[in-house]
Amino acid sequence: MKIKKGIPLIDQHDKNGFYGGKFGGNYVAETLKKPIDDLTKLFEKCRKDKNFIKERDNLYENYVGKPTRFIKLQNLTDHLGGAQIYAKMVSDANGGAHKIYNAITHAMLCKKAKKKYMCTDTGAGYNGKMFSMVAKKFGLGCKVFMGTRDIERQKPNCDSIRKNGAEIIPVTSGSKTLVDAVSECIRYWVSNCDKAHMGIGSLVGPNIFVKICGFSTSQISRELKVQLEEEFGEIPRRLKLINCVGGGSSAYGFWSEFFDYDKKHIELIGVEAGGPKNSKLHAAPLSKNSKIAILHGAAAYCVQDSDGQIDETDSCSSGLDYPSTSPIHCYLKDIGRARYSFATDEEAFAAYKLVTELEEISPSLEPSHSFAEAIKIAPRLDDTNIIVVNSCGDSLKDKDIIKKRLGSYSR
Amino acid sequence: MKSQISLAFKKCRKENRPALLTYTVAGDNTKKKSLEILKSISEYADILELGFAHNAPTADGPQIQNSSYRALKNGIKLKDVFQIVKNYKKIKNAKPCILMGYYQMVYKYGEKKFVRKCKQVGVDGLIIVDLPFPENKEFSRLCKKNFITFIQLLSPTTSKERMKKIIQSSHDMIYYISMLSTTGGKLKISPNKILKNYFKIKRLSKTKNAVIGFGITEKTISSFKKADGLVVGSALCKGISDSLKKRQNPVIKLNKMVKKLKSRIT
Repeated sequence: MKIKKGIPLIDQHDKNGFYGGKFGGNYVAETLKKPIDDLTKLFEKCRKDKNFIKERDNLYENYVGKPTRFIKLQNLTDHLGGAQIYAKMVSDANGGAHKIYNAITHAMLCKKAKKKYMCTDTGAGYNGKMFSMVAKKFGLGCKVFMGTRDIERQKPNCDSIRKNGAEIIPVTSGSKTLVDAVSECIRYWVSNCDKAHMGIGSLVGPNIFVKICGFSTSQISRELKVQLEEEFGEIPRRLKLINCVGGGSSAYGFWSEFFDYDKKHIELIGVEAGGPKNSKLHAAPLSKNSKIAILHGAAAYCVQDSDGQIDETDSCSSGLDYPSTSPIHCYLKDIGRARYSFATDEEAFAAYKLVTELEEISPSLEPSHSFAEAIKIAPRLDDTNIIVVNSCGDSLKDKDIIKKRLGSYSR
Repeated sequence: MKSQISLAFKKCRKENRPALLTYTVAGDNTKKKSLEILKSISEYADILELGFAHNAPTADGPQIQNSSYRALKNGIKLKDVFQIVKNYKKIKNAKPCILMGYYQMVYKYGEKKFVRKCKQVGVDGLIIVDLPFPENKEFSRLCKKNFITFIQLLSPTTSKERMKKIIQSSHDMIYYISMLSTTGGKLKISPNKILKNYFKIKRLSKTKNAVIGFGITEKTISSFKKADGLVVGSALCKGISDSLKKRQNPVIKLNKMVKKLKSRIT
């Protein structure tokens, strides 16, 4: 299997929605077949519609703020004494993370479908926050499903969601985190698909949701390509793009313009949540070689037990705390186009500490995992290598966790 | 050769009543108790659906979720589910048994191995909630080859064109989901409206046994007497939860409930 040139990777699936013949698909209850079919038709129509794209671009420019900054981390580069390190400051986006791109597309589709409200899931609270923001902007209702464990640990984002007038629906089943929030959100849609539009918050779920999400976040990559050419006059010869991977939405968006390149030219590195150092629990199905499971409508590598039950996960970052991942990342792993590793909670905190001490940026715990990988590999490389880290979230939401772990938090 | 499931429907038709199908979760609240429940409700039920629990269910309401989590907490494994069916099938007058669950469990076990095991322990039918048409074609064929009825679902959102295709590819039983809901929701629409939709399906599939499920309780069941069969699930799962809360024996409670359900449709 090879990636086809000139076709967005989200579109390189077979007629049943599988990437590489085995990842993805549409494992849904019969009730959802038609709503998914309707949404698929609507999305395919809209993405070809010039006015739709114009409206979207206008929102990206004037509402999200484009482009987000591309900056050199000179102090970090000097400190590590190897590869040159840059950051793509996606956390500049309105709301503080990449989730805004997907939320905008969903709100636009919701309007086109003449539905009055949206439902979505959230882990770190960023997706919920962005949906609540755009719902408010578009005059739509919004229900956000969130595990009670995440509600406790991501309070700042919960406050924003409520302030924007959206309703948080606490999910108490299972591990009370993102996996259960997604299940509950899908269950809600089964019962209310005639009235509600569902948006899944990452590059996961039945095929159409993978596509809508990837279509949206790829804005990051389009900006980055231009910025790289501006900075270097060309795409650097030894480029490494590092991105954290939970569901995998920001990584897809960060990489989407670069899949066509040879991996020796542009290396794509995904960093998963390795969990606490001395724990068996993690959220790293790709780098720890989990087997394929069917979860939330799609086949993908997933943390599971020998009987097929989904295993518990653990991570300091709610946004990466998900047992499965995107079918697209499974495919990228299988064909060797991207490399996946993990960082432990401890490594992520250490990276956060170092980066915030040296630089004027403050990444959330999710991209702190990416910085941990950059810190690991940069000293081994010479300065002809360019590392770009997607700083895809702002730390403000993690202030309580950081304060508890590191003793203080300043911003 | 007619399947046991078809024969059960035939018998009910002779008695001029719909078949009563029950749904309970294997291992709820223990392996032993759930087997006892099956044996006990066999007295009144015509076909028994048995759920194999999965911990990320995307189409179940709170009642069945509670039962599934309870079973999982008590250590139920797929091999125990098969053992329960095997032991149940040893009794005299055992009723046809349908396993119901999510595709992940089948996928993990291996499709072929799963179906062969079903055949071996005496499973008569399979419902895989999240394996819809047309993706289920191959699995459906595999079931047929092993004399297991693969039961497809139809919902109020299923278009007529799609309905025709599903019915054409289905075996001798189909399942109509009464309304847009996860399992165990309150009836959102009138029984008459549900029956109207139901008879649309019946007109397309005169020879197939079509059952109605979702939202059927002691209160509502008598409104649906005209159907070929009726499934009661969440109400029974709730019955188990209630009796456990009151420290009563769920076997006795379920026996009483199923008896009552039966009396409402005869």
